[in-house]
Amino acid sequence: MKRAWLAAVAPYLWLAVFFAFPFLLVAKLSLSHTVLAIPPYAPQLDLSQGHAGVRAFIHQLTFETYARLTSDRLYIASYLSSLRFAAIATGILLIVGYPIAYGMSRFGPATRQGLLMAVILPFWTSFLIRIYAWIAILKPAGLLNQALGVLHIAPLSLLNTDAAVIIGLVYAYLPFMVLPLYAVLEKQDESLIEAARDLGCTPTQAFWRVSFPLSLPGVAAGALLCFIPMVGEFVIPDLLGGSNTLMLGRTIWTEFFADRDWPAASAVAIVLLATLIVPIALFQRQQAKVLS
Amino acid sequence: MTTGSPAPLVRFEGVARRFGDTAAVDGVTLDIAEGEFFALLGPSGCGKTTLMRMLAGFEAPDEGRILLAGKDIGGLPPHRRPVHMMFQSYALFPHLSVARNIAFGLRQQRMGKAETQARVEEMLALVRMEGLGERKPDQLSGGQRQRVALARAIAPKPAILLLDEPMAALDRKLREETQLELMALQRRLGMTFMIVTHDQDEAMVVADRMAVMRSGRIEQVGAPRQVYDHPASRYVAQFIGETNLFPEDQGWRSVRPEAMRISTDPADHARAGVVAEIAYFGDRTRYVVQTDGQKVVVSRANVGPPLPLALGDPVWTSHAADAGQLVTA
Repeated sequence: MKRAWLAAVAPYLWLAVFFAFPFLLVAKLSLSHTVLAIPPYAPQLDLSQGHAGVRAFIHQLTFETYARLTSDRLYIASYLSSLRFAAIATGILLIVGYPIAYGMSRFGPATRQGLLMAVILPFWTSFLIRIYAWIAILKPAGLLNQALGVLHIAPLSLLNTDAAVIIGLVYAYLPFMVLPLYAVLEKQDESLIEAARDLGCTPTQAFWRVSFPLSLPGVAAGALLCFIPMVGEFVIPDLLGGSNTLMLGRTIWTEFFADRDWPAASAVAIVLLATLIVPIALFQRQQAKVLS
Repeated sequence: MTTGSPAPLVRFEGVARRFGDTAAVDGVTLDIAEGEFFALLGPSGCGKTTLMRMLAGFEAPDEGRILLAGKDIGGLPPHRRPVHMMFQSYALFPHLSVARNIAFGLRQQRMGKAETQARVEEMLALVRMEGLGERKPDQLSGGQRQRVALARAIAPKPAILLLDEPMAALDRKLREETQLELMALQRRLGMTFMIVTHDQDEAMVVADRMAVMRSGRIEQVGAPRQVYDHPASRYVAQFIGETNLFPEDQGWRSVRPEAMRISTDPADHARAGVVAEIAYFGDRTRYVVQTDGQKVVVSRANVGPPLPLALGDPVWTSHAADAGQLVTA
């Protein structure tokens, strides 16, 4: 009886300690202001003063940082740029990932297992190392340009451009697109395709009239699963992007570590979370629908 | 071709299909006439489904030809054959409403909007589903789904409708009703139906003619009554209904249980035995009598005074000298 109670409460305890509490800390930080001190923000919560201390603390909290976010064009540009990067990469991921997932689902069970393994295998190597590897590929004298040189094609300067960021995002998030698509396509009843063929569809028509509409839950799951983390992505734009590649992850990093503006960094993070709540909620609803 | 009899709608000519080393269909020659309700009957793995799938175009024969209205359709992909199939799983499109499922084949034929709608309404009425056109397949009962699958396959007016175990998923009472409805529907439409089933009762009830298959070959083709009364082989005699096989010089005499007599008095040529089983079915009683060397099954209509028999009672079983059918192998 006691154990059942613990099992029910444990996840909430976990969420409270590792999510709710840090989130409240960040929220509190976003309402403070910067000072030249350690830590570089005020007010500090002084519990030794009792109620009076708490009241004084709350009194000093301010929405000033949020006001700054809306007035500073850099933040707005950074938001829009992040959403644009994530949207473009999601579109490319769909175009690249769908044929891969569809192809995988057409093979026999044994081959399918092997292909699935191949999709998951990159996870066994450090994410950071894999992104560094792209620097070696994309740099001016890198593997890509050497290969182009052999083919007598003019070299491309991709590294430190927005294009490199898109390449990195598509590369890193491909499994997150392929796996949900594959899960939906692999379950698809073969007799539905046969029924479509029987009723006069060419293979292409059968795909567009039956397979594709039935895979839309997988399309939605894959798109959201990639889009949501890509908006806040830091490592890929930092390593592959140029100095003027604007993405929120980088903005937050700069505020924290270069400008020592912790309140601004926290406020950006809170706004990012607020923007992403809509797609996250959509994703949850989608998952609930797929499960039912 | 014999004069007078019309050309068959479907002709299988020496058709064979192998999967690896095993021949699923092994040299089948068969004619199906226009307007006929034809049944392919056999146990699972006998090749009946493969034969049907070859007619639909989902499998290609390794040998032989398949003719539809005199034309070889071997090279035609499924979507170019005027043959529609009702799938065992029904294979209704879960993302489309009932009406759009039924309209699916019509849209592929590029039928106009008004005409399509009229045809869908007609089909819904035909399968008694009026007013349910906007439902999704998952909002229907098993029986309703079965009727939508039927309507969807009939709507584009195929030259022949293939039914793959259409009633396997229905419970017994619904199955019996559906069999009768299917027969009435086939007669009303005048459409050629070919049903694949492992259920011999089903085949006997619905079919004008049936083919009994075994290991990729056809054992016998004929009207249900003819196959039941005059089985061509010991296999057919045992597969269709129940029978007693009495060894004779050139084979066995197959005598149906209802042609057997049971008596408490010894008669000429009667076999003595004891009652081993009694099963009461209301309209008839089925006795199993253990005689010397074999069990004899007797079915007795429950008309007139009942036989005062109990388990273990000594009885005599017999049949008319010309009863049943002589079968070999």
